[in-house]
Parts: sequence; structure tokens; C-alpha cells
Amino acid sequence: MNERRGIPAAPPAMREKPRVWYWLPHPYMTLVLVGVWLMLNNTLHPRHVLIGAVLGFAIPLFAQHFLPEAPRIRSWRAAMRFLPLFLWDVVVANFVVAGLILNLRRRMRPSWVAVPLDLVDPYAITTLANVISLTPGTVSSRLDDGRRTLLVHVLDTADPAAEVARIKSRYERPIREIFEC
Amino acid sequence: MIAELVISACLVLGGFFALAGSIGLARLPDFYCRLHGPTKATTLGVGGLLLGSMLYFSLLEEGVIVHELLIAVFLFMSAPVSAHLLARAALHLGIDAGTAGSPAAGTDPPDHEPPPAG
Repeated sequence: MNERRGIPAAPPAMREKPRVWYWLPHPYMTLVLVGVWLMLNNTLHPRHVLIGAVLGFAIPLFAQHFLPEAPRIRSWRAAMRFLPLFLWDVVVANFVVAGLILNLRRRMRPSWVAVPLDLVDPYAITTLANVISLTPGTVSSRLDDGRRTLLVHVLDTADPAAEVARIKSRYERPIREIFEC
Repeated sequence: MIAELVISACLVLGGFFALAGSIGLARLPDFYCRLHGPTKATTLGVGGLLLGSMLYFSLLEEGVIVHELLIAVFLFMSAPVSAHLLARAALHLGIDAGTAGSPAAGTDPPDHEPPPAG
């Protein structure tokens, strides 16, 4: 589908599917559906576990033809390392932005920066864009047609180049470890 | 007693950040800056309120409630995506912030690509 639009396809190694998953085309989605069902009902009652399991099995199976390819997580350890760092940054982001907003005398120095992407996997790019939007003073605003650069709006920065470097080393590298290498 | 204090602290903190986000929405100078208030200050704002609510029902009422976790997860997924779409739409319409490195108005190519961060 993406090839038709002239967007570079993922390398072949990333497209081949493990054979086991014919009946479970989206294993993570199955887990998430079961989890969401149990949380919605706020119970671990066997009846609801069963209903959740049926939903989690049937929905990805019937919907797989119009769902995008399932994400592949290469390194759970990298994900576990990244999560606390990300949550901490979210908390810090809130204090920083609240401080900027409430400090009436402070002149903000907003700026646009273009972040060149090393990521190829669409899920990795989505994750990076969302992480950027949730952390200190940055909102991801546009991905170019070739998925090569991400345009980011920075609320307050003295040095846009340093901002790019920070995003790349602090967020892009760990996300790349999680999804790609 | 201690539980009540902690719950109150969560609620006050949540309320503070929600207020800061709303003030930012009203006070910041241009469209793109205003996007920052709601996407960030509200995540901890609503997060604090949800944490307070979860503690209240879990500790003082009928038992463990996890609905709030679900709300938090959905919020964390939807807030950045909607901010991205708003920013993109604004760029598409050529609303120019006039800040450093600003992309020239109207350079956004016509839409024949999938929404990037959705």
C-alpha cells in the first residue's frame, strides 16, 4: 500500500512474519484487548477473562486485512529502560511548561526545528512523534512525505541545534533500540 | 487520614496543572505556542485528578478500581495525536507563526499521504 504512494517500504527483514502467528496476527493487540476488557469491567472474574479472550482472539483475526502490520518489538529491555525516563520527562515537562506559562515577565523564544530521522519503522516514528509531543516544550507538527524529517515546534529554546541533538540522543536512540536493532 | 491528605494533594496538584494549561491556552502569543498548554499541562493535570480518584475509591470505598488507568492510557495516546493533527492542519492552511525557522506558508504539499502520527 505504501509503495504505491511512493513512500519507501520497510526493509524486507522487517516484513517477514513469524510462522506461528497465523491465528494470532496481532498478538500485542490481543493482549491489549483482553487487558482493556478486564479493566473496563474492573474484574478478574473467569467469565470476563473468557469473554475478553474471545474478543481478543476474534477482533484481530477479522480485522487484520484493514489493520496496518503489527508492530515488532525487538528489545523489551530497552522498552523497560525507556519507560521510566519518559514518564519522568513528562512530569518535568509539566512543571517546565507551567512555569513558562505562569511567569508573566519571561519572554519565550519559540522556534521551529527539523529533526532528521534515522527511524524507518512507522510505529517507531509514531512513538517518537508522540513522545516529543508529551515531553518538555516540544510538539511534533509535520512529517514530510518521505518520512525523513519531523518538523517540531519548540516553545522556548536558545539553541535550536542543541534541541535537535537532545531529541535524537535522548529519545530517538532508545526508540530505535526498542523497534529496530 | 493520611489517605485523605494524599488524595487532596493529588486533586490540588491536578487542578493546578489543568489551570496552568488553560491559562496557557488563553495567554500564549500564537497558535503553535498555544498547542503546548493543552498537550502537556493537561496530561499531569488530568493525571493528578485520576490518581486522586483512583486512590479515593480504592482506599476509602469499595475496593480497587482501575478505570482511571484506562482513561490515562487513552489520554496519553490521543493528546499528542490531536496536537499533531491541529499543528499540521494549521501548517496546511499557512497560519504562520513568524518564528525562527518557520516553514513558509502554504508549502505543505497537497494531501495524498496517510496522516503521519495517527
